[in-house]
Amino acid sequence: MEQHDQAPDAGETEPLGSFASYTVGLIFALLLTGASFLVSQTHLLWAPGVPAGLAVLAIAQMGVHLVFFLHISTGPDNTNNVLALVFGLLIVTLVVSGSLWIMAHLNANMMPPSALMEMRR
Amino acid sequence: MTSGSAGGPAPVRIVVAYGFWIFLLSDIIMFSALFATYAVLSGQTAGGPSGRELFQLRHVGVETLCLLFSSYTCGLAILAIERRRMREFYVSCALTFVLGASFLGLEISEFVGMIARGAGPSRSAFLSSFFSLVGLHGIHVSAGLLWLTFMVAQTATKGARDFVRRRLLCFSLFWHALDIIWVALLTLVYLMGAR
Repeated sequence: MEQHDQAPDAGETEPLGSFASYTVGLIFALLLTGASFLVSQTHLLWAPGVPAGLAVLAIAQMGVHLVFFLHISTGPDNTNNVLALVFGLLIVTLVVSGSLWIMAHLNANMMPPSALMEMRR
Repeated sequence: MTSGSAGGPAPVRIVVAYGFWIFLLSDIIMFSALFATYAVLSGQTAGGPSGRELFQLRHVGVETLCLLFSSYTCGLAILAIERRRMREFYVSCALTFVLGASFLGLEISEFVGMIARGAGPSRSAFLSSFFSLVGLHGIHVSAGLLWLTFMVAQTATKGARDFVRRRLLCFSLFWHALDIIWVALLTLVYLMGAR
C-alpha cells in the first residue's frame, strides 16, 4: 500500500512555508485582532462605520490566515485550491446575503398580529 | 521534481491536501448557514438578555489569543516533523493541545455562566442561534483535540512516515480553518454584539 505512495512523493521539496512565514502571519493576525478590539471598544471610528470597519479587519485577517497558515498562494500547485476557495466563497456569499435579504423582506411584509386575528374571524 | 503542473500525476501530498481542502470548504459552507441564522435572529431576544449584557470581551480576547497561538504552534509542529526534529514536534503538539484545551475550558465556563444566569439556549431565538453557532465551533475544537491526540500517538508508534505526515498536514489545515471561522465568529457575534 505504501509503494504507490512512495513514487510520486520521492524527492519532493517542501511546499509548506517556513518559520519566518508563520511568525509574520502570527504578527499580522495579532495586529488585526488588536485593531478589531480597539475599533469596537473605542470611538476611534465614526460610530455608524464601525461594523464596516470590523468587517474589513476580519476579512483582512482571514486573508492573512489563508496565505500564511493555510499556504493558499498563486503557485502552480495551488490553482485547484484557489478555484475551490473561490467557489466556496460564492456559495457562502449566496447563503448569507440571500438569507439576510429574504428574511428582512419577510419581516417587512409580515402582517401585524392584530390584522391576522381580524382575518381569522 | 520541480512542480506538479509539469505533466504527470501531482504528488500524493498535494492531492490529499486538495481533497481535505474541499472538505474544509464544505464545512465552512455549513457554518455559513448558521452564521446566516445568527445574523437573522441576533435581535430576537424575546425580552431576555442581549449580547451587550452577556458578552465579556476580556474573556473573549483571551480565548482568541489561545486559539491564535495554538494555530501558530500547530504550524511549528508541521515544520518540525518535516525536518524530523522530533522533540520540537512533541513540544509544539503539547503546546497546541494545552492552548486548544484552554480555549475550550474558557468557552465552557462562559456557557455554564450564561446558563446559570437563565440565559440558556431555550431562553430566546437569539440565544438558540448563539449556542448553535458557537457550540458547533466548540465541538469542532473538541474533535480537533481528539484528532491531535491520536496523531501524536500514531507518530510515536509509527514514526514520521509519509502517510503519518500527510495526516498531520490535514490536521493542521483543519486547525487553521477553525481559527478562520473563529475570526468571523469573534467579529460578528462578540465584537458587533457587545457594542
